[in-house]
This record gives sequence, structure tokens and C-alpha cells, in this order.
Amino acid sequence: METALAMPDLGPALAEIILAVGAMALLMLGVFRGDGSSRAVSIGSIALLIVAAFAVISQPDERVLTFGGAFVMDGFAIVMKCLVLAGSAIAIVMAQSFMARENIDRFEFPVLILLATLGMIMMVSANGLIALYMGLELQSLALYVVASFHRDNTRSTEAGLKYFVLGALASGMLLYGSSLIYGFSGTTNFDVLAGVIAMNGMSTGLIFGLVFLMAGLAFKISAVPFHMWTPDVYEGAPTPVTAFFAAAPKIAAMALFLRVMYGGFADAVFQWQQVVVFISIASMVLGAFAAIGQTNIKRLMAYSSIGHMGFALVGLAAGTPEGVKGVVIYLTIYLIMNAGVFCCILAMRHKEGPVEEISDLAGLSQNQPMLAAVFAMLMFSLAGIPPLAGFFAKFYVFLAAINAGLYALAIIGVLASVVGAFYYLRVVKIIYFDDPAPAFAGPMGSEIRAVLAVSALFTLLFILYPTPVLKMAEGAANSLVPTVEAAEAPAAAAESAH
Amino acid sequence: MIVATIAFYIFAGVAIAAGFMVIAARNPVHSVLFLILAFFNAAGLFVLMGAEFLAMILIIVYVGAVAVLFLFVVMMLDIDFAELREGFLQYMPIGALIGLIVLLELLLVAGTWTLAPEVASLAASPIPPMADVTNAEAIGQVMYTQYVYFFQAAGMVLLVAMIGAIVLTLRKKPDAQRQSIPDQVARTAETAVELKKVEPGQGL
Repeated sequence: METALAMPDLGPALAEIILAVGAMALLMLGVFRGDGSSRAVSIGSIALLIVAAFAVISQPDERVLTFGGAFVMDGFAIVMKCLVLAGSAIAIVMAQSFMARENIDRFEFPVLILLATLGMIMMVSANGLIALYMGLELQSLALYVVASFHRDNTRSTEAGLKYFVLGALASGMLLYGSSLIYGFSGTTNFDVLAGVIAMNGMSTGLIFGLVFLMAGLAFKISAVPFHMWTPDVYEGAPTPVTAFFAAAPKIAAMALFLRVMYGGFADAVFQWQQVVVFISIASMVLGAFAAIGQTNIKRLMAYSSIGHMGFALVGLAAGTPEGVKGVVIYLTIYLIMNAGVFCCILAMRHKEGPVEEISDLAGLSQNQPMLAAVFAMLMFSLAGIPPLAGFFAKFYVFLAAINAGLYALAIIGVLASVVGAFYYLRVVKIIYFDDPAPAFAGPMGSEIRAVLAVSALFTLLFILYPTPVLKMAEGAANSLVPTVEAAEAPAAAAESAH
Repeated sequence: MIVATIAFYIFAGVAIAAGFMVIAARNPVHSVLFLILAFFNAAGLFVLMGAEFLAMILIIVYVGAVAVLFLFVVMMLDIDFAELREGFLQYMPIGALIGLIVLLELLLVAGTWTLAPEVASLAASPIPPMADVTNAEAIGQVMYTQYVYFFQAAGMVLLVAMIGAIVLTLRKKPDAQRQSIPDQVARTAETAVELKKVEPGQGL
């Protein structure tokens, strides 16, 4: 203790450092240039996210620990961080014209998205309870603010406040669980924790802590029964913010979920599997049934995202490398489909402002046939109808569940998916077969068109060339799960160090 | 030793009683004052454990800043607390039920409290012997070295909180009076003083 500790290796955290420093620099730029700098800051933010993505890709594939074992960088982290960075960049691109039209295009928005993204990639790399909490809190705090970014709009402020109060409650549960886990295992580090569990098994206190920790994490991915905030927040928040909420934070929280379960609690599969199976089934079923009665497209997407998280959890419940692979494929496809759908929703506006009712879509096929076709295709994909990408997302998670012997889960999942298809197809029916509603105003911005085109092409053509995504997911799964078998080594090393 | 034990029970008892009064007091200002009392007693418990640095931090940060801020908020906001309490009885049974379940679960956990002997040695940063280093030194040894990552992350969280507060509340008022030092300096006698000829018996 008396000797000075060596400088921790900063290399693995390069992307985080770039984002943190860059976000602060852009903040300064915005502050000194004043109003009207939002476009410059947005472009700078997107550039920064791309640079950070390169910094992530340039990392070696093998597992590297730094900051005293609190920060881990491996193949899984590389893939998930790239997804998160892509999700955030898409959100900033999509927000441009919307924010300008609504007169809320302030430079703080991209900066807050950057800081939220920083929190997310810290979550993906968290290898301990403290790192987990710090990343989660950085992400959540920024998200609460962007939810109420339209501060003169009652619904937006309500969304932010609701998200904040419930999020604080979830954080409290997560912290309580963490303190119990620390108290009963004597460590906050996942590697050492895995060693303790392998050595002594799960005590009642550890199970208790694990359940509270999972409750906190389930809140962040809006899994039932911690989903109550989702529809209100999605409806109230400005549409590009909703698009952001539905993608990047979910991916980061799911990555964290995987990291905790396969990292720290790898030997407690039996204990957490039943909880994950329960929240997975509940999310799929509630997502499918509650969406049927919705009239607001953003609320519909909220229930849709609850359901999709349920499907992704099926892969986690499998508890196998194949399951992790399924989750990664699912999240990748979900991210891209979701971006496309929200581009379509952003196109829904009249002269007076944006509209959000599903009935406003009526007869879209006659007013804007191209948009209608793409919207319908994305809805089919979300419903999981082959040969679109959404089908393969579901296919891989269900395959993993069946191979893991979870037949009931897979069957309930398929049934929920059938029920879910009903409300997606209802949107298609309204677009194609209902009497036309007033046409939407104005052309879509070119940046939204570009995102929509990429999303549509990916969804349509995934079947022709799925190999890159499958390979990427497989690499991620293999890098996450073998660490589990090797977990005893660092634990033993940590023990001998004391 | 007996003095320490008595002090412990006094501090702990008063802390629990004050904590209960925080939610039971009718007047919100009294609630905040009880909260401050609870903080003081918690600080006393820290001192008993030899963590005098944490005790002082608790008083400076929580009593000096957080609780006083609460007090301001409670006094400034016009909240009708009687109205807030209206639903209390309605939600009481379910709240009591959940509380009871959690209490039973806690007893279950406490009842099966077994710590493996190896676990104690695993503790991430064991408390250094008090004779060798003071509290503040012990924290300083790890804060910027072993825990530098968390320290920096906490800094980013605070930055986000600051940006958030400004984004959500700062409004530019065009008619607000602001000090402009260049304008003040550039004033001359001609612009500052206006001479008027007043007609006798007329007034201005």
C-alpha cells in the first residue's frame, strides 16, 4: 500500500476516454458559440461516435482487464459497444429535422446523448457491481433529462418525471441487491464473485441479492413486471428520443444483464434461469396482448418493445452460448428494424405538427405508396414473418431455448408471437385498406430517408447474406461464455493476493 | 467498553426513532428536522466505529447541504400535504402486506446468515489497521489509484446532473435586468445626467 500504484492500463478504455473528453469539448463549443451551434455540435457528436467505434474495433479480441479488474474488454464488449454506438449515432441523425421543427434544437441534446452513450459502453464493460452502477446511473440520468427535453410540453415533462421517479426506485432496488451480494460474497468483482459461488454455492442471502439486482436490471430493459413506465415515457418523450430509448439503452442493459448472469452468476444458472423464464414469458404475453388496444403508434411501439425484450430474454434464459448468440442476433436486428419504424413515425406529421394516432395512417398507401410499402414491410418484420430479418431474430432465440430443453418457454413464445402479429398486421391493414386520412405534410428529410433505406434494405436482404451478423454474434457469445469456465483462475489469483 | 456500548444503543435508538418520525411527522418541516437528527446519530455511529472522516463528511454534506436544501424546498413549494396523504389509508393494506413479506424474507436471510471463512479474506479493500493510517489517508490511498475509474465516472454523473438542471430550468428572459460592465464603464456624465428646465409652478 505504501508504494505508489502503477498507472492503470488506459488502452482498453480508449473509446470511453474519447467519448468523455469529446463530449466535454463539444459542450464547451456549444456554450461558447451559443444558440445556433446545435447543428455543428450534432455533426461533431456523430463524428465522435464513429471515432469511438473505430477505437472499439481496434481493440484485441481477447479478454483484457484494467482499472483493478473493474473494467473488462472482450469480443462480446466490442460487438455490443458497436451496436450501442450505432444506435446513438442513428438517434442523433434522426433527431436533426424534428428538433429544428419543434424549436428545441439546442446543443445540449447531442451532448446528453453522448454522455448517455458513455454510460452505456461503461455498462457493457462493467466487471463489477460498482462499475455496473456507475455506468447505469450515468446512462439513466442523461436519459431522464432527454425524456423531458421538450420542457414546455406537459407530456414530455411528465414523461421525464415519471421515468426519473421510477428509475430512482429501480436504482434503489439494484443497490440494495448489490449491497446484499457484496455482504454475502465479500466482493464486488464479478470474476471473484464467480469464484466464491463456485466454491461455496449460492447462499440465501446471495439469491436474495441476485433477485433484487435482476429487478433493477429488468426495469432498465422494461421487462414485465417492471414495465409500467414504458408506454407513458415513450408516448410523452419527443419522437427521436423515443426512437433512441427503444434501441441503444435496451441493448446496453441487455448486454449488462448477460454480463452479470454469465459473468458473476455463471454457476447459479438454476437460480436465475427460473426468474428469467418468468419475466420473459410475462413480457412476451403482456407485450402481445396490451398492444392490441392501443391507438397511439408510440404506445404501440412501447408495448412492442416490451414484447421484443421478452423474446430476447428467451435467449438469455437458455443459459448456453447458443442463447447468447441468439440474443446478440436479436438485438442487432431489433436495433435496425426499430430505427426504420421510427423513421416512418417521424414522417407522420401534418402542417400543424406531428401526429401519433394509428388512424392517421389510414390510406397511406394512396398518399405515399413508397413509405407505405416500407412501413408495412417493417411491420411484417417486427411480427416475425419470413423471409424478413425479424423472423431470423426470433428463430435463433427459440432454437436456443429448444436446444436447452425449455420447450414450454419456446411454445409460449411462438404463441405470443402469433398474438403479436395481429396488432402489427392491423397497422398494415389500416395503411392499405382504410379510407385515406389527410396526407402527411412535406417530404421526409434526406437523413431520415437514408436511415430508412438502410433499415429497409437490411430487413429485406438479411436472408441473402446473414453470415456477417451470425459470425459476429457467434464471436461475441464465445468470448462471453468461455470466460465463465476460466473464472476460477482470476478468483484464485485474487485470493492469493490478499 | 461499557460507555461505547451505551453510546451505541443511544445513537442507534435515536436514529431509528428519528427515522420513524421523518415519515410520521405531520408537519413537513418537522420531518426534515428529524431527518437531520437521524443524520447526526448516524454520524455518531460512524465515530464509534472509528470512521471519523465519514462521520464528518456525513454532517457536512448531508446536514450542511442536502437537508438544508430539503428544508428550502419544503418551505418554498406550496404543497398541500393533507391532500397527498388522502390516499394513504387506501394503499395502507397492500403496503403493509408488502412490508411484511419483505420483513419475513429479511428474517429468512438473517436466519441463514452463514459466511464462509474464505469470504472475509476476499473483501475488496480490507480496513487498514487504525493505528497505522488515519481514515482520510486510507481513503486517499485507494480513491485516486485503485478506484480512479469510479471517481471519474462519478464526475461524469455530476456533469450530467449539472447539464440537466440547466437544460430543464434555465430560461432566457428578454426583459430581465442584467449587469453589463462595459455599458456601465462607457457611461459618461452626458448620458448619465439629464438636465431639465423646470418651469416655475409647473413641476415635471
